Amino acid sequence: MESSTTVLDLDSAIQQARERLDAHTVEMVAWHFHESTGCPFWLEKKREFGFDPLTQIRGFDDLRKLPPFEDEWLRGGPVRRWVPKGLSGKPVFVFETGGTTGIPKSRVVIDDHRIDYELFSETLPETYFPKGANWLMLGPSGPRRLRLAVEHLCQHRGGICFCVDLDPRWVIKLIKKGWMEHLEAYKKHVIEQAVTILTAGHAIQCMFATPKLLESLAIELEDRGTSIPEIGITGIFSGGTEFTPQWTRYAVEELLGGPPEVGGVYMTPTYGNTLMGLACGKPVRAEDAYKIAYYAPQPRAVIEVVDFDDRRSCVGYGATGRVKLTTLTREFFVPGFLERDEGEREPPYERYPWDGIRGVRPFRGVAAQTTVGVY
Amino acid sequence: MLKIPVLRWGDPYTSLDVDRISHFLTGEPIAEVSQANGGIVRRDLRRASRARAILREMPARDLIRRVRAAGRLYEDATLPMGDGSQSPDDFVRQQSASTGLPESMCRANMRKNAFVLENMERILDCLTRGLDPDILSRGYGVESRGVVVSYQAQSPVLGAVLPSNSPGVHTLWLPAIPLQLGLVLKPGPQEPWTPYRLVAAFAEAGIPRDVFCLYPGGPEAGAAVLSSCDRAMIFGGSATVEQYRGDPRVQAHGPGFSKILIGDDLVDRWEEFLDPIVESIYINSGRGCINCSGVWASRHTKAIAAAIAERIGPVEPRPPDDPHAGLAAFTIPGAATAVWSMIEADLKENGVTDMTDRWGSRLVELDRCAYLRPMVVHCESPANAIARKEFMFPFATVVQCPQEEMIARIGPTLVGSAITEDASFLRALGDATHVDRLNVGPIPTTRLNWLQPHEGNLIEFLFRSRAYQVAEDRFAAIQSAVACGCAAT
Repeated sequence: MESSTTVLDLDSAIQQARERLDAHTVEMVAWHFHESTGCPFWLEKKREFGFDPLTQIRGFDDLRKLPPFEDEWLRGGPVRRWVPKGLSGKPVFVFETGGTTGIPKSRVVIDDHRIDYELFSETLPETYFPKGANWLMLGPSGPRRLRLAVEHLCQHRGGICFCVDLDPRWVIKLIKKGWMEHLEAYKKHVIEQAVTILTAGHAIQCMFATPKLLESLAIELEDRGTSIPEIGITGIFSGGTEFTPQWTRYAVEELLGGPPEVGGVYMTPTYGNTLMGLACGKPVRAEDAYKIAYYAPQPRAVIEVVDFDDRRSCVGYGATGRVKLTTLTREFFVPGFLERDEGEREPPYERYPWDGIRGVRPFRGVAAQTTVGVY
Repeated sequence: MLKIPVLRWGDPYTSLDVDRISHFLTGEPIAEVSQANGGIVRRDLRRASRARAILREMPARDLIRRVRAAGRLYEDATLPMGDGSQSPDDFVRQQSASTGLPESMCRANMRKNAFVLENMERILDCLTRGLDPDILSRGYGVESRGVVVSYQAQSPVLGAVLPSNSPGVHTLWLPAIPLQLGLVLKPGPQEPWTPYRLVAAFAEAGIPRDVFCLYPGGPEAGAAVLSSCDRAMIFGGSATVEQYRGDPRVQAHGPGFSKILIGDDLVDRWEEFLDPIVESIYINSGRGCINCSGVWASRHTKAIAAAIAERIGPVEPRPPDDPHAGLAAFTIPGAATAVWSMIEADLKENGVTDMTDRWGSRLVELDRCAYLRPMVVHCESPANAIARKEFMFPFATVVQCPQEEMIARIGPTLVGSAITEDASFLRALGDATHVDRLNVGPIPTTRLNWLQPHEGNLIEFLFRSRAYQVAEDRFAAIQSAVACGCAAT
């Protein structure tokens, strides 16, 4: 009886989430395609559609009527064409992605990074991410959304964020040139900055770290006779497609001293990018074989797992497909972008009553040419 | 189905990432192999010095004796393999099933590895030019002529990123254990069998398990082995060799471009040398870097090519358990087709003739694998692009080239068999630094004398000869310490 009630509750939560997504979609389409509020790019694009999105898009599924979003549109200027008229006059950030060679893709942001990370903040367990704690941002610097977002997350929770200098474009160049000694030296340079901050009496308890840098930091600290738990870190937020169950198990068991209740360190994987924002992970546990499932911050963003040959159709639960991202905020509208990743479609659950994804990894069609987890 | 764990200093570790190995013809699953992530390798290798310390506790001669015993166990005993066990026949069947090599070749390679283990004492004696093994162990000693010598190990372990397609290459890393260096191996994805079985044999022979690491895994695990070991070898293609050129920490083994050169003095008697030429091209399905990929002569080249083609052109694929099977399958989807496309493109060049086409198509495609039948191509000039190619099947070009131009045009040559008695030609070949192993006479390129170094002397790779000067009053102490087998301080 209890379980059928739970099922009914979940069904009803799924239904409500879906209705909320449909309503939010209509609201965002109205915003981005109305002459008074939309950005020049989408208002111009609307003329090519042959239909009026303001009347023809009545829910999330209707977004399929729009042409596929091409991230190449984001290269080059003028970047102001992406700023919605309804937000004119507000201070604008521009965040870049790629750019090792050629023109990077850029995305304008006003408050989205703050909103996304404040939502993410609500998912962090207070025991391991205490309010007021200082943070270390051990990730890319420069024109990156992540750099400012992590700092905001820390400040939002009442702390002060310490950062390192890390240029990921230089890292990618080193890899492409095969300059592995330089790569190693650069990694050392970054880790030295981190260790200096961690041992300078700033009482840092939380950090963002990429998987590779987390591992390097842990090993460096061990070489110095200490460890991540011993140096006072209790909460780690990390992300990337390298977050396989095996890597997570290795990190928990061998770098962090065991599960949180034993080692005292809680690590939460996330999945995201500059276009979409941040998808949170279901808590990772040894009992679930360290399975990692991500759920987008719906309705602001949606993750779909679609057929490799038909981007309009989702695969069945548990089946493998390509990641399709949709961003629906007042600042940015991406109606279905095929990400360079694949994974298995994960069913909704109580906390996130919408589709998720697990086993995220580079899409097989581009994996050979993609450099992942470079820093 | 066998479950094969990662070995971390002898301790089995079952990974959440597994790779399933299947039979190349039937698709039947054979084994589930745990995959190591790079972090595990890097982390474990921080304790590498312990492996050498453990092995140095055992006298070198005792290790050599145990290695000899391991050779017999490897060849004859039923040994632990993952969560099960493996007889010699199981080994042969499993290796054949996952690599596409005929069982007869698996057996031959097994014999080769066992031979090296059983003859380790002589092999080390030759590689070290008669050095007392205790000198390598202790790091210094006194030679019989009364001179202090010192050899310093450059790494506590030898790492190796191993291939899937050539089980014979394992002979190269086998001397590490009697040299008291731990072993850190990344097996080839289709060929975990040889490294796991050899380690099982070593352990059964009393060599401590905690000096061995076996890290099956993806490219990340291989890169971690190379970056974490101060001395490591890798087997790969030309790009791999190029990537590690000049890196003293890495010995890269790639294509051999081995050749047979027939001098003007003997070329009119070419028919007498046909047997070693055919053996050099065909044996082991042409997969080794020591297989001949080019026969060079100034005349009769078309006749030579036709005669080789007559011998190997008709060979067809046979089932892997057929004792007469001579061809290995290409088990990676699309690999044989890709190779064939490259060859087809090269065949369009003027002056290039496929001498084997009268025996039918070379590419044989089956449901789950493909074969390339033996191929002989005649080149009117060394300038033909295909004259510089090597492929993973019995393939050779016969190249027409004046003797006086040969050395300048053959390019890098791992094994060069010179069929000539011309003293000046032999002298020039002896001086040619792009020829690694030189065979003088009609010796098949594939016949290795194990008492000779291969692609560089392993001892020179692993140890550095250095000065070790002692004050006169210490010299006598060292001499007596060496005599009684204890270390002088």
